[in-house]
Amino acid sequence: MTTANAILEARNLKVIRGGSLLVHVPSLIIGEGETLSLIGPNGAGKTTLLQALCHLMRPSAGDILFRGEKVGDSYAILEYRRKLAMVFQEPLLFDTTVFENVASGLKIRGLGTDLIRQIVTEQLNRFGIGHLGGRSARTLSGGEAQRTSLARAFAIKPEILFLDEPFASLDPPTREAIIVDLGKAIAETGTTTAIATHDRNEALRLSDRIAMMDGGKIVQIGSPSDVMNRPVDKLVAAFVGIETILQGRVRKKQGGSIFVDVNGNEIEVAGDVEAGTNVTLCIRPENVTLSLSPPVMATSARNVFPGRISRITFLGLVVKIEIACGFPLVAYVTGNAMEDLSLREGKEVTAQFKATAVHVINKMSM
Amino acid sequence: MDIILDGIRKAFHLLFTFDAEVLGITWFSLKVSGTATFISLFFGMSVGTVVALTQFPGRKFVVSLINTGMALPPVVVGLFVTIFLWRNGPLGFMEILYTPAAMIIAQAIIATPIVTGISLAAMQQLPKKLRLQILALGATRLQMVRILVREARLPLLAAVMAGFGGVISEVGASIMVGGNIKGYTRVLTTATVMETSRGNFDIAIALGIILLIFAYMINLVLTQIQQRERPR
Repeated sequence: MTTANAILEARNLKVIRGGSLLVHVPSLIIGEGETLSLIGPNGAGKTTLLQALCHLMRPSAGDILFRGEKVGDSYAILEYRRKLAMVFQEPLLFDTTVFENVASGLKIRGLGTDLIRQIVTEQLNRFGIGHLGGRSARTLSGGEAQRTSLARAFAIKPEILFLDEPFASLDPPTREAIIVDLGKAIAETGTTTAIATHDRNEALRLSDRIAMMDGGKIVQIGSPSDVMNRPVDKLVAAFVGIETILQGRVRKKQGGSIFVDVNGNEIEVAGDVEAGTNVTLCIRPENVTLSLSPPVMATSARNVFPGRISRITFLGLVVKIEIACGFPLVAYVTGNAMEDLSLREGKEVTAQFKATAVHVINKMSM
Repeated sequence: MDIILDGIRKAFHLLFTFDAEVLGITWFSLKVSGTATFISLFFGMSVGTVVALTQFPGRKFVVSLINTGMALPPVVVGLFVTIFLWRNGPLGFMEILYTPAAMIIAQAIIATPIVTGISLAAMQQLPKKLRLQILALGATRLQMVRILVREARLPLLAAVMAGFGGVISEVGASIMVGGNIKGYTRVLTTATVMETSRGNFDIAIALGIILLIFAYMINLVLTQIQQRERPR
């Protein structure tokens, strides 16, 4: 990301409240048209950062630059806010009709009645609530209310859209439908978007880049595949859904691979780390396959470990299988696969994964 | 028992024949208490809104003062208004003691803390994040306050009703600063006191019924407001 197409830039941004440093972001650049997700556990500072970025919370230090110009200096805060929209977890609707709610940002800007009618109608239709215009906001379901809130945000044609856990209080089918519509709206309008969410799947589906936050800091920022597959530390690894995190020591380095000793087992990993280094290995559960007997033919999976199933947990669409094979390993299988292999706790299986499916965190190189 | 039944029978007779004196007193009560409530709205809502939306040192103390004011005894208000308006009191030159104006002043003083306290609560009841949402929509501070007041309009109506209910049923201050002068400063409550002391229970009961009807109507509206939910 170069500064050339940056729409928003934060420099050495700090938010301090009651003597504690809530957020400290040395540098963050949001590019024109990109969708950035802030993910992280509760209390990581996602909401605070989002509110500081749109000047709803006064930063204690640092600068915010909108299109290269300093906000609060060459750019008045009100003028800046009028280029943004924010959607919160609660729809926060006004006690009036759906139409008037969607029109509220436009009325604040003093637009004419005809233009307002045209824009509001367009946005109501975009979010599939065209038939609700005359309804009182008090009578809406949770999903309808959040759609109204999104339509209200899009109505002002924001240059940056901020979303703070916008789907967190919706039931799964409603959430699913709204994510699809929101994704479409963002794509059609090309609106630059920043979303705070604790749900990594939402982040994966909507964003071009993901920033992982913890303790008020951005600990990793990159493409979704970067963050998901190459977490910088154990915390990020666990948060992005990596179930197997192992400590080991590099035994030798050979031809693009390293051989890592984990509890006396040797795991081959694609990588380049000097022998004798302590490393952390991350293995996504989707990348581990199970079979009942050792493979007869040579497979591309270099790591084959016989073991015993220690626990089975149903997670909805997939089943989580924990295997003891000299070290704890987690695999996800489908319900069908589980029946085919008649997996149960205590059963002997063979687990395998490719050398390229293992991500290495080398603390020394950080 | 007869005294009560007979009183009630005569009271309904007075009410349904639209007795001129009863109607006159009722209308005058509405005028005085209505005007006093209107004045209290102006001060009460402004102060309530400002205190609700701002942070300043000593805010808790101000809030506790307002809440104490909500239970201000009318006789104490009557006492001080009388002293101020007394011939050689600080405001004696206005010569308005024992006039409707004095009653309106006293009732406005009683109603203002009630309206302030309930307005304050009404504004504080709004979701905290609503303010952020309004600012995020690009509102100026003035636009934000206007929208917040509009959002709190029903609880604010409750403040009006409570203020009015407080002063129309109050007797101490009205009798002290108004003097219960027939056809001039006589209101429902002062007339009830007087007729009761004279043993004219029929008129007293008729006036009492009118007061009860007002109280019922006010509470009916208040209940409706309290049962209403805010949007999500």
